[in-house]
Amino acid sequence: MNDARPAEAAAGAAVPEPRPHVTIRGLSKRFGATVIYDNFDLDIPRGALVSVFGPNGCGKSTLINTIAGLTAPDAGQILFDGRKLSDVKFGYVFQNYREALFPWLRAFDNIAYPLKLMNVPLAKRRARTEALVTHLGIKLDLALYPYQMSGGQQQLVSILRALVVEPEILFLDEPFSALDYEMTLFMRAQLQRIFMETGTTTVLVSHDLEEAVFLADRVLLLSRHPARVAAFAPVRVARPRTEATLSDPIFVQTKAECLEVFQHEVRRA
Amino acid sequence: MNSERATAFLPIAGVVALLALWSIASYWQWVDPVLLPSPLSTFASLWQGMDGGPLGFDFVKTVYRTAAATAIAAVIAIPLGIVLGSSERIYRSLEFVIDFFRSTPASAMFPLFLVLFGVGDETKIAVAAFGAILVILFNVAYGVMNARKTRLLAAKVMGASRLRVLFDVMLLESLPQTFIGLRNGVSLALVIIVVAEMFIGSQDGLGHSVFEAQQLFDMPRMYAAIFAAGALGYGLNLLFLLIERRFVHWSGK
Repeated sequence: MNDARPAEAAAGAAVPEPRPHVTIRGLSKRFGATVIYDNFDLDIPRGALVSVFGPNGCGKSTLINTIAGLTAPDAGQILFDGRKLSDVKFGYVFQNYREALFPWLRAFDNIAYPLKLMNVPLAKRRARTEALVTHLGIKLDLALYPYQMSGGQQQLVSILRALVVEPEILFLDEPFSALDYEMTLFMRAQLQRIFMETGTTTVLVSHDLEEAVFLADRVLLLSRHPARVAAFAPVRVARPRTEATLSDPIFVQTKAECLEVFQHEVRRA
Repeated sequence: MNSERATAFLPIAGVVALLALWSIASYWQWVDPVLLPSPLSTFASLWQGMDGGPLGFDFVKTVYRTAAATAIAAVIAIPLGIVLGSSERIYRSLEFVIDFFRSTPASAMFPLFLVLFGVGDETKIAVAAFGAILVILFNVAYGVMNARKTRLLAAKVMGASRLRVLFDVMLLESLPQTFIGLRNGVSLALVIIVVAEMFIGSQDGLGHSVFEAQQLFDMPRMYAAIFAAGALGYGLNLLFLLIERRFVHWSGK
């Protein structure tokens, strides 16, 4: 573990690390004969956007699926401020927005659906959904059905649906990989704005290193399976990050370092 | 512009061609006029029969029986299909039985149902419902089973209970396939009803009308009854398509 221990360990350091939001201890998971995680430890810092990047099939998605309870671990403990997942409000955004949204519901009702599950009355659902959309300054016609929207708009609806419960943590599994490049750039900007507005702890799985570094406060680089933390690199570039960021020397250097770690991991095969 | 207008009329072309061929064939007497009456006398018979005549009465009877059979089938098959589709284990254990009876011609069940229900309307409706149930059941179960995994997962991750997932997601996911089942079911019910009206002691209905006209060698009336049956089948299919387009607006999108 090269990650910082809680504050007391860093006593005397200039900036004490805040208490981690998510602590993963002794996580083990195998699929058939393939060991994806073996006694894996990780701390996810609070209020940070963490990108997860690594070689194909190393278990990037498995990591967030296990944290979010979609995949049951074989062993290990995952706690959110010491609480279990069932006591935590979280949001999850799937890669395949077309299959994750409900085509029989208008965008508005899609976004408000988690509130309906929480038995929030209609008037309140409407108010909270409208407040969220207005607060984030997102321009969308919420009366449309998903199939009447572009891919990017649909994924935006998915993200809003995940945010409407005011989650304390947000998971995104390669959310932009089904979009074209132009839309991807637009959506990165949207996600960054949402993150800056809400400050929600966010874990983003990405297969695009530029995207991973561009969006992240910290890039979690995983090794080939069984996955280890190859690096947990901070990205010390101010927000909001823009197109100019892509040529910022610190950004370029961080990306180069991440790439080096990644290639080192790939070659170890 | 011209070709666009022509395209709009294409669906009518086949009808016009058929009517033209029929007119020529009957005018030049290519076929014995006793077997093939002119379109004019056929449509005259159709009009007279439907406009307060016996054909209209038979038509209504057949509509009633088909609708009753389809409604009974839907009420039984849709809930069963949902139960069947939501459990892979139940489905796998019943798949062969359903497939077997779905493949059994429903007409082979007539004698059995005659014993059970007598010679009245009940028998015709019961056999038709039996046929339609299996078709609808199979499609509903299939629709539920093939609900998108991601969509089910999305509902689950948002905290939906199993029952919520069933009603909010699986049920709606299965609707497009359910409508395919209903369309096939109503077509099959009509086929069975018409056959039943021909042979099992029937006094009315389109099947009876076709059969009686043939026995009396009243060919224009027989063709008129056939057209009435065709129009009914087409209309029922269209009706379900329109309902589907209205309520399952996301189908195929």
